[in-house]
Amino acid sequence: MTDLRELYQQVILDHTKKPRNFHEMANATHHAEGYNPLCGDRVTVYLLVDGDTITDVSFTGSGCAICTSSASLMTQSLVSKKIDEATQLFGTFRDLVMGNVEADQTIDELDRLAVFTGVREFPMRVKCATLPWHTMKEALTGGAATISTE
Amino acid sequence: MTVPLETSVSESKATASRGGVFDVQKVRADFPILGREVNGRPLVYLDNAATAQKPAAVIDAIDSYYQTYNANIHRGVHRLSQLGTQAYEEARGKIQRYINASSTREVIFVRGTTEGINLVAGSWGRENLRAGDEVLVTHMEHHSNIVPWQMLCQQTGAVLKVVPIDDRGRLDLDQYEKLLSDRTRLVSVVHVSNVLGTINPVRRIIDSAHQVGAKVLVDGAQAVPHFSVDVQALGCDFYVFSGHKLFGPTGIGVLYGQEAILEAMPPYQGGGDMIKSVSFDKTLYNDLPYKFEAGTPHIVGTIGLGVAVDYLGALDAVAVARHEEDLLRYGTELLESIEGVRLIGTADEKASILNFVIEGVHAHDVGTILDHGGVAVRTGHHCCQPVMDRYDVPATARASLAFYNTRGELDVLAGAVREAIGVFRS
Repeated sequence: MTDLRELYQQVILDHTKKPRNFHEMANATHHAEGYNPLCGDRVTVYLLVDGDTITDVSFTGSGCAICTSSASLMTQSLVSKKIDEATQLFGTFRDLVMGNVEADQTIDELDRLAVFTGVREFPMRVKCATLPWHTMKEALTGGAATISTE
Repeated sequence: MTVPLETSVSESKATASRGGVFDVQKVRADFPILGREVNGRPLVYLDNAATAQKPAAVIDAIDSYYQTYNANIHRGVHRLSQLGTQAYEEARGKIQRYINASSTREVIFVRGTTEGINLVAGSWGRENLRAGDEVLVTHMEHHSNIVPWQMLCQQTGAVLKVVPIDDRGRLDLDQYEKLLSDRTRLVSVVHVSNVLGTINPVRRIIDSAHQVGAKVLVDGAQAVPHFSVDVQALGCDFYVFSGHKLFGPTGIGVLYGQEAILEAMPPYQGGGDMIKSVSFDKTLYNDLPYKFEAGTPHIVGTIGLGVAVDYLGALDAVAVARHEEDLLRYGTELLESIEGVRLIGTADEKASILNFVIEGVHAHDVGTILDHGGVAVRTGHHCCQPVMDRYDVPATARASLAFYNTRGELDVLAGAVREAIGVFRS
């Protein structure tokens, strides 16, 4: 059962049970909704952007452990990032969970997000991990559509 | 599974081989896939309500068709076309006898339950519904028995009404009787719920509907895999089911309709095979059942379904029912004994479907952890979002059983459920 533990790492379980920045944001400059209708994961991402810098991030919603913890860890990792840095981080994160790159090549950039390395062994769950990120990107690009990764 | 009264007529079939000992290992040997491993563990296939596995006889029949007599049917005088046509029409006869339709003209081959319902909505519905008419469905319907009627109501101005269900997953029959009126044109009801497992009293539902002059369509997708159905004894106007849930191929299903009703209905799709003659001035439609089978059909699927029905017919129906009933009881007790597990769908009249949620563990995480142990279950909303809303859950895990499952497999399921709980309590 080792690879199961690699998916459900302690950090992931911790963020599932106690999601960080889990609230609406009244003064958000950007927000968007993500929804995967087949599995029921639902997330709304709020961002406060000052110039081209993200100064605050939060989320609401309900979903599986992978989606919830991914959203929670994403909110922590985006604070103080420039918009283009956030977009690039998303690309690296997506490459990590889809198995497009060796995990050790991304470790510096992703830092704690590397706990999601195990997702690549579970292709059906990639969409859970990336839903919050796609939603974040949609919020930043000002789209009004609800995002889905299914 | 408890066999409800209205299906007892089918025991004429069951009494052909009367309630001997059910040798589940012998039956399992008929299904090659059950011998494989998943993630290094023996496959425990508990997703039968999504699709059932196929016996070797069905797989061989498909192989044999393509290897030895592949040809188009109902045309061509050559030998292979004759063989294909014969096998195709023999399959229709097998289905007719299996569901006790009065004629092969009442057996229309479609892609599956969904297409069968859409055919009735698109043909019978458009012809017969007017603004203000009512279509009655229940709160436990699959999306495929909701959306076609919503579309039809939008087109015709008819109104969709919903029969409520109670906390255990039973239809509120008092409300049903109250909802019936002379405005009710059609009742479309699921025979066995794919999520809750509830076996609905369709005979009574049909009788009540007929008293107000309404027609009744029964969605039998989840019923036919568990017990044999006699459409004449039920008295339904339409009965639909899918081949792949009945241990046959995907892409083939059956619409049964009473002949007089089908006769009066306009064609659903136009094309080859559904016509007698075509000119630019006038086209003559073909007779039943071909009027509703435009284009080259799923020939091999139909032949495979016929073989699946042969296979099922050769089983000891009483022993099968008793075995499934035992599995349902055993599985229910096992899951209920695990703290944090809640079963959703606990009607007395129930097919062998165990639908559950685990406190603090999302259904998709349950699915992943179970899969890791070789256990295949379905997780999600099961194409029944209104049911999820009714019980206020975003998704559930569903173990749906077939006659080839065993108590041992349910022990593996219970162990994997405990493991899922363990992961999230650590």
